[in-house]
Amino acid sequence: MEFNTPTSPHIHSGASVSRVMLLVIAATIPGIAVYIAYFGWGVVINILLALVTALVCESIMLIIRKRPVLPFLYDGSAVVTAVLLALALPPIAPWWIAVLGSAFAIIIAKQLYGGLGYNPFNPAMAGYVMLLVSFPIEMTRWQAPLSQSETSLGFIESWNVIFSGLSDSITDAISSATPLDNIKTELRLDQSIDQIVSSNPLFSNLAGLGWEWINIAFLVGGLFLIYKRIISWHIPVAMLGTIFVLAGIFYLIDSESFSSPLFHLLSGATMLGAFFIATDPVSAATSNPGRIVYGIGIGAFTYIIRTWGGYPDAVAFSVLIMNMAAPTIDYYIKPRVFGHGKR
Amino acid sequence: MIESLLDRWRSPHQFPGGVHPPQHKIESNTQRSIKANIPARLILPLHQHIGDPAEPIVAVGDKVLKGQRIAKADGYVSAAVHAPTSGTIVEIADYPVPHPSGLSSACIVIETDGEDKWGERNAVQDWKKLDASALRNIIRQAGIVGLGGAGFPSFIKLNPGANKQIDTLILNGVECEPYITCDDVIMRERSGEIMLGLTIMRHALNAKECIIAVEENKPEAFKAMSEMAKETTGVKVVSMPTIYPHGSEKQLVQAVTGKEVPANGLAIQIGIVCHNVATAAAVYRAVYQGEPLISRYVTVTGTGVKQARNIRALMGTPMSELIKQCEGEPNSLSRVIMGGPMMGYAMQTDQVPVIKTTNCIIACTDEDVINEQQAMPCIRCGACAEACPVSLLPQQLYWHSKSKDYDKTQEFNLFDCIECGCCSYVCPSKIPLVQYYRHAKGEIWAAEREKAAADIARQRHEFRQERIEREAAEKAERQRKKKEALAAKKKAEKADAKEPSTKSAIDEAVEKAKAKRLKQGPKAEKQQSENKESETSDS
Repeated sequence: MEFNTPTSPHIHSGASVSRVMLLVIAATIPGIAVYIAYFGWGVVINILLALVTALVCESIMLIIRKRPVLPFLYDGSAVVTAVLLALALPPIAPWWIAVLGSAFAIIIAKQLYGGLGYNPFNPAMAGYVMLLVSFPIEMTRWQAPLSQSETSLGFIESWNVIFSGLSDSITDAISSATPLDNIKTELRLDQSIDQIVSSNPLFSNLAGLGWEWINIAFLVGGLFLIYKRIISWHIPVAMLGTIFVLAGIFYLIDSESFSSPLFHLLSGATMLGAFFIATDPVSAATSNPGRIVYGIGIGAFTYIIRTWGGYPDAVAFSVLIMNMAAPTIDYYIKPRVFGHGKR
Repeated sequence: MIESLLDRWRSPHQFPGGVHPPQHKIESNTQRSIKANIPARLILPLHQHIGDPAEPIVAVGDKVLKGQRIAKADGYVSAAVHAPTSGTIVEIADYPVPHPSGLSSACIVIETDGEDKWGERNAVQDWKKLDASALRNIIRQAGIVGLGGAGFPSFIKLNPGANKQIDTLILNGVECEPYITCDDVIMRERSGEIMLGLTIMRHALNAKECIIAVEENKPEAFKAMSEMAKETTGVKVVSMPTIYPHGSEKQLVQAVTGKEVPANGLAIQIGIVCHNVATAAAVYRAVYQGEPLISRYVTVTGTGVKQARNIRALMGTPMSELIKQCEGEPNSLSRVIMGGPMMGYAMQTDQVPVIKTTNCIIACTDEDVINEQQAMPCIRCGACAEACPVSLLPQQLYWHSKSKDYDKTQEFNLFDCIECGCCSYVCPSKIPLVQYYRHAKGEIWAAEREKAAADIARQRHEFRQERIEREAAEKAERQRKKKEALAAKKKAEKADAKEPSTKSAIDEAVEKAKAKRLKQGPKAEKQQSENKESETSDS
């Protein structure tokens, strides 16, 4: 008998890009569920819009680039990009925001750089920042949590708001700034943190109303990813630890003008960013010590921009900044190879 | 993750990385080993080990007895080959052998006579009276090589050199590759032989302590070895966490002692020697029974055989015979692997013989192995780096190998890669990483050979150039001498012809000056032309 002679290893763990992406999507489910509970169906509509756009753009680009379409659609990376982008958008943003952002993320930030594995920037965050810079009004007009809102917002109402735009009366009724935004604005008016938090129903005991539970849900999903070994703990721990330490230091110095560490950890996109966005392997540092440096960078920039910068939240900017630093981090931080002497 | 943390706590020197592939050991280790049938023909490659091939000392038509030496070691790093049973030498020719290249190489073919008649055996019971060198010689004469899979001549690893203290002799019973159970079963069945073999090795090395390392997925073997070790002082049996590639020598040394073997170095340099458990048993047989290395435990497994088990097979037995004896159906097989699924290599045919390094034969159907997979782009997830037991950056090596930037691959320590396959095994993009590294290594070696060849060619050219110049110079010198001689002769003739006169003294002086000018003239010219020549040759 003659046989083929492929080379070793002859077995494989069964890990696949699709499985990685599928588990990432699965891990966002608790966060999305809490999101819906507090902010209604807008987020689902955003996800669907971003998803369809992403898949269509991905297919067209793959065809133009003469790459096999199905294997790359099945890998699930476009789905993850779409979901993460949609989760970062205001739930009452007009429909073209999700479509434009998703198309930018896939076409410009991903495919034009060479597609899966070759993009230097996190595509979802590139799309988000493009939207934030280009359409600041639409991108900062958030809705108040449903419990605070005078108008109830069911699926149909959300659909109408997203597709036909807001009438002024509804806008006033449902839109509001996010807690992070609110604090930033009020602090400029020389209010103390205490005054801001106690006077506004947007805040709760821990952080912003709803936001704390959304963050906790993403934290749970993130821990699931670590347990499943889809992501390593290094980036999230470094990023959250840095935010905690920096916020802690300034909070201890002056608790009237600086929010508490807990508020920072459970506000805005902190947990989503730490577990789902900063951990995007393609655009992050790759060695474990490098990942710690990378995570510290994101945490530090997030705190700095939130506190002293012009934008209320800063996870997206911080991730993009550290994306740029990732190759340098990988260049300088290399593990000591076996048998090559102690450093 | 919690499991791996626990492992690390229990085994503090654990090497980094590693993987846990499905073990598939239970299929073959639940029953006792059996003796393989003696096949009609045994095919014995002359090259069953690391080093130079053995040199045949028999001729076609010779009758040989079991245990008779049929090929002698050729050089220091080489191993003798012995007749595994009695019979007749019928052929010395090229046959397919188990080798990654898939090429054929020289083999001695014995037609067996079925009598299995032993030749002369020289058993040594009181080996303690022998010195290390005499023991090494017995082991060398017995053709013993490392039975774990590498096949390095064992006597060399028992020769640390003068003044080199060996602290630890590690007996490797780890057997971390999936499917393989031959060490497991030999430890269960021959723990006594292994222990005596270890004692002999220890004596030869004068080692301070002995450690027998067994992975904890072999509790029976661990128990058997521990029972034996009770009666011997200075021998410790340790249970190691089950993780691949634990059995790789450098990784085992690290896990057991916490010491790192330097890159490009050997364990012996840091006072540690590692031998396989089956090698110890072979050493016992060579010394106590005068039996050279002519058979070994072979695991025959895989879904291609109905009855997976361990077989004590004679060297040279075609693999197809063993697969048949385990109720395998050759036509249902998709691949035959020698060794484990992580590092073993696929045989081009099932007719290749069992050799000294054949620890396992996996008769594979498509259930056991993967076929070529569609590779996706690297997503830089770093799973490979986490799995690498040598702390390399497989991803960077991959980029540079792929772009043929071989200098960069060496900067990233390509040659520290042990090709264990962990990176390929875990890669979610299913990139055949190890293949890239093997290719890169091959290219670098080829380039180095080419460079060496070019260096030799350049040297040869320079020598030739020098020779030409030297010859030209010599020729010029000869011509000059000839002319001088001629001139002298002419002068003498002239002097003879003319009567000596008062003018002759003046004439003589003029002649002399002329001759002198002649002498210098061509030489100066010659030098000039030489300079020119060397200029052109430089350019």
